Amino acid sequence: MAECVRLDRSASSHTMDKSITLPPDEIFRNLENAKRFAIDIGGSLTKLAYYSTVQHKVAKVRSFDHSTKEASSDKLYEISMQEEVSARLHFIKFENAYIETCLDFIKDHLVNTETKVIKATGGGAHKFKELIQRKLGLKVDKEDEMTCLIKGCNFVLRNIPHEAFVYAKHADSEFRFQTTHPDIFPYLLINIGSGVSIVKVESEDKFERIGGSSIGGGTFWGLGALLTKTKRFDELLQLASRGQHASVDMLVKDIYGGSYGSLGLTGDLIASSFGKSATADKEFSKEDMAKSLLHMISNDIGQLACLYAKLHNLSRVYFGGFFIRGHPVTMHTITYSINFFTKGEVQALFLRHEGYLGAIGAFLKGAEEDNPNQYSWGENYAGSSGLMSVSPDMNPMQRARSGTFDMLEMDRLERQLVNLPLLQDPSSYIPDTVDLTEDALAREYWLYCFEEALDGVVKRAVASQPDMPEAAERAEKFSQKYRHKLQTLRHQPFAYGSLTVRSLLDTREHCLNEFNFPDPYSKIKQKENDVALRYYQKAIKSLEELSWEERQFALAQGVLAGNVFDWGAKARPWLVDSYDQWLERLKGPPHKCALFFVDNSGVDIILGVIPFVRELLSRGTEVILASNSAPALNDVTNGELQILTERIAAMDPVIQAGLREDRLTLVQSGSSSPCLDLSRLDKVLAMVVRERQTDLVIIEGMGRAIHTNYYAMLSCESLKMAVIKNSWLADRLGGKLFSVVFKYEVPAGKSSQCSPPLTRS
Amino acid sequence: MDIGGTLVKLVYFEPVDITAEEEQEEVENLKSIRRYLTSNVAYGKTGVRDVHLELRNLTMCGRTGNLHFIRFPTQAMPRFIQMGHDKNFSSLHTTLCATGGGAYKFENDFRMMANLELLKLDELDCLIRGLLYVDRVGFNGHPECYYFQNPSDTQSCMKKPCNLDNPFPMLLVNIGSGVSILAVYSKNNYKRVTGTSLGGGTFLGLCCLLTGCETFEEALEMASKGDSTNVDKLVKDIYGGDYERFGLQGSAVASSFGHMMSKEKRDSISKEDLARAMLVTITNNIGSIARMCAVNEKIERVVFVGNFLRINTVSTKLLAYAMDFWSKGQLRALFLEHEGYFGAVGALMELLKAAEDP
Repeated sequence: MAECVRLDRSASSHTMDKSITLPPDEIFRNLENAKRFAIDIGGSLTKLAYYSTVQHKVAKVRSFDHSTKEASSDKLYEISMQEEVSARLHFIKFENAYIETCLDFIKDHLVNTETKVIKATGGGAHKFKELIQRKLGLKVDKEDEMTCLIKGCNFVLRNIPHEAFVYAKHADSEFRFQTTHPDIFPYLLINIGSGVSIVKVESEDKFERIGGSSIGGGTFWGLGALLTKTKRFDELLQLASRGQHASVDMLVKDIYGGSYGSLGLTGDLIASSFGKSATADKEFSKEDMAKSLLHMISNDIGQLACLYAKLHNLSRVYFGGFFIRGHPVTMHTITYSINFFTKGEVQALFLRHEGYLGAIGAFLKGAEEDNPNQYSWGENYAGSSGLMSVSPDMNPMQRARSGTFDMLEMDRLERQLVNLPLLQDPSSYIPDTVDLTEDALAREYWLYCFEEALDGVVKRAVASQPDMPEAAERAEKFSQKYRHKLQTLRHQPFAYGSLTVRSLLDTREHCLNEFNFPDPYSKIKQKENDVALRYYQKAIKSLEELSWEERQFALAQGVLAGNVFDWGAKARPWLVDSYDQWLERLKGPPHKCALFFVDNSGVDIILGVIPFVRELLSRGTEVILASNSAPALNDVTNGELQILTERIAAMDPVIQAGLREDRLTLVQSGSSSPCLDLSRLDKVLAMVVRERQTDLVIIEGMGRAIHTNYYAMLSCESLKMAVIKNSWLADRLGGKLFSVVFKYEVPAGKSSQCSPPLTRS
Repeated sequence: MDIGGTLVKLVYFEPVDITAEEEQEEVENLKSIRRYLTSNVAYGKTGVRDVHLELRNLTMCGRTGNLHFIRFPTQAMPRFIQMGHDKNFSSLHTTLCATGGGAYKFENDFRMMANLELLKLDELDCLIRGLLYVDRVGFNGHPECYYFQNPSDTQSCMKKPCNLDNPFPMLLVNIGSGVSILAVYSKNNYKRVTGTSLGGGTFLGLCCLLTGCETFEEALEMASKGDSTNVDKLVKDIYGGDYERFGLQGSAVASSFGHMMSKEKRDSISKEDLARAMLVTITNNIGSIARMCAVNEKIERVVFVGNFLRINTVSTKLLAYAMDFWSKGQLRALFLEHEGYFGAVGALMELLKAAEDP
């Protein structure tokens, strides 16, 4: 990976002089504006955290004052690029050997900081305390390790949707990511460091160490070193992964000759760890002893974890600590043990950013006055290295891992994000329709698609900034970065959680923003909006001339046709077609309030969505129009939609009345993605939805209704409308290119009041 | 007999009320076996009779006699079977009751080599039956059961006899090569709660690998002289004292063998220290699992048996301490004098039962 730069270790030897060159752009990004620091120094790795501000360009739209006719051009609004400052959290993980070099680097590049202290945690903090104080001139303020760990754990569970995963060694995808339950508490955290701590976490500030064990990572390491004369922890794990434990362990079949049937103990079960090494007068291989030791310790920890989980009636059990940290061998043995002892009732969960928990927690401790937990944060895919498998067969780059710098960047989001209150079951909601992590064919296809489309994106990005001569150079950098991400994902599809079309699109947006292309489509959107507006009145007039039933159909077609110019009239029945039910429903009483997630600019919003909304308003239904907070592709943003609706209101009394009477409300979705995650929406939107007693959700377009939310279950009526503009996806869903999806759903149990009775008595 | 993973336990009932007539009738073979077993305290290189455990003047099946307790390594089973062949056991018209995994594993060898049919019995059934019987008859006029008074204080900690008058429910922890934990509600109603592979076999196996010792006695002898704090990392080694945030004492073990991560420490410890650390690690772990099971099953009486506890006061005291300390006095650890022989006794009783029921 570009950001994981292998340092020249031969030059460093033990002197750690400045001849180790750190590529500053790549590793300690935004260091010049760093405000707060925290450091977590473990036995072998150091994790540095800092909070910094990022200055980047954003595209803003501003309405011309049309009353004074000053707009000599016919343009609707003005687009300007403005500098905006946002907050970002940086986390960097590196080997302790680099600590002095890194501190020197930070010292030399730190300019704007006013901070006087650095929060520190981890077992190695006291060892390096003096060095940190001398190099950085900051006071080292030590924080309790476990408190930091829990704080960090809460933070990632709350802010990173695919943080937790189940490990399945032999499955198609090694990592199976879990949707985070909206309420992350209570949970059990089993931290396996040199010993084991079992902590029950009940709320942000309430946690308790309910137990522990002295048989942990230190036991594996210490006993392993004695038995095999192998010094390094990683090497011990390597040995273990090659060994056969049955030559050292006494199995049930060694005692019984087979299984112990009446107790359901199979013959291969370990009856006595190392039981054969007492009786056999033979030499045991290092590999076999290491394997036996690994099984012994993993099983023991798994058993205790289960006993504690049972006693406290907890089913969410997360494992962390250096024993686990990204090591497939230990994740596998722990998973096996938990499955065995709970008969599958409890799953062992692991965390993608487990290594950062202490640093995150220490940072949060130091930043309490800024109330970081009041905000929502999002993982920046452009700046984060992502999870890497360390299993040799999964990751050929594994050898390069030690000595690399691993990074995590989290953006502070402008808006606080929450669940849509209308999700039927928030804990089982999965936004994405296809999980590319598990579906190899789909993954190959989409990675190929995105790579093919890259040149076009680059061209458009350059074209969006004609006044900037260096745009081409920046666009090239963007292209390299995104191409590299795609290549990484080809080998490590689990790097950022489940790989989906949404995550591929979002990664592209993050990379574009990284290189200051905040809105490549701004000019295209402007032009399309402008053109569509000119046809608005004509379109409304022709719709009004239709009969009621003809008009309803034309309105549905209008929304569908909006995103495909050459769509024409597609004969019904459509691929998914519940239009008849929808029409029947429209004959009934009006909805109280409809929430409409809009899609594209231009024809789609102006000639498709607005007329549809107009009809709803006329029926007496209130409408909430939810649009993106920031640009993504040619999707209409909230800023643009504000201007567009004002312009339409000026021509259309229905829209005008709707706005004036507050029956038509525009809200931000909180998203800047072409897709839609209903579990991360603007808190204000959720509030409005609740206040207005929303009873209909309309989702439009491929990104929001097909790639995501196709299977989303809502607690009220919903309407999903899209034309499938991708032949592969159409094929997957059993249709042809430009197939139509018109999915009207009524949740079970609510149908009686919504649809008219079929027979009259 | 009870054929375990490491040891074979054999109990032999020697009637002492044999009349002259009976003696006349007795087959020469049986006589010679009795003489061999009762006149020796060691058999071959590895067989041992635990004379101090002998139960005298017992009435079984209407006969009075002594119950002898003999053990030898499971490794010696082929030689034992060979002996059965040489001494023509099959001509005795007696049934050999066997329990433990070996009853299944060696069944075929007994049949093929010695022409003997084994009556195979479930080891947990035998364990419970034998335990309840020995507790009932007592240990030659003394109680079979004991506990430690003041287990948390090394100065005043004392072994005290007691009676298991009303033994149910009890958590029965059987520590052999591996460990089985049973919740026993009545004579015939019990369940296996869980088990762990970290048992006596693990202690001995790892001790052999780490110190080069060969026997359990040797390992225990070394352990009794060693200091585990040279090997284990204590809470105070990490935090400088108690970890107050979590109420952990500085003297608690934070990481078993944790010091062994460092090369200097590895070079500075003795074999005795290693053996002691191994013993403490295994014992504490069993204590910890047993305690959690007791809490989960809501049982306050925890009975520890199995040959791991033989001549092993370090472990018995440690278990007594662990139960008391971590449960804040709620749990009591109980021990039995005939530690590892209950399975074999239970098997013998099955034989007698078969003899009584025509």
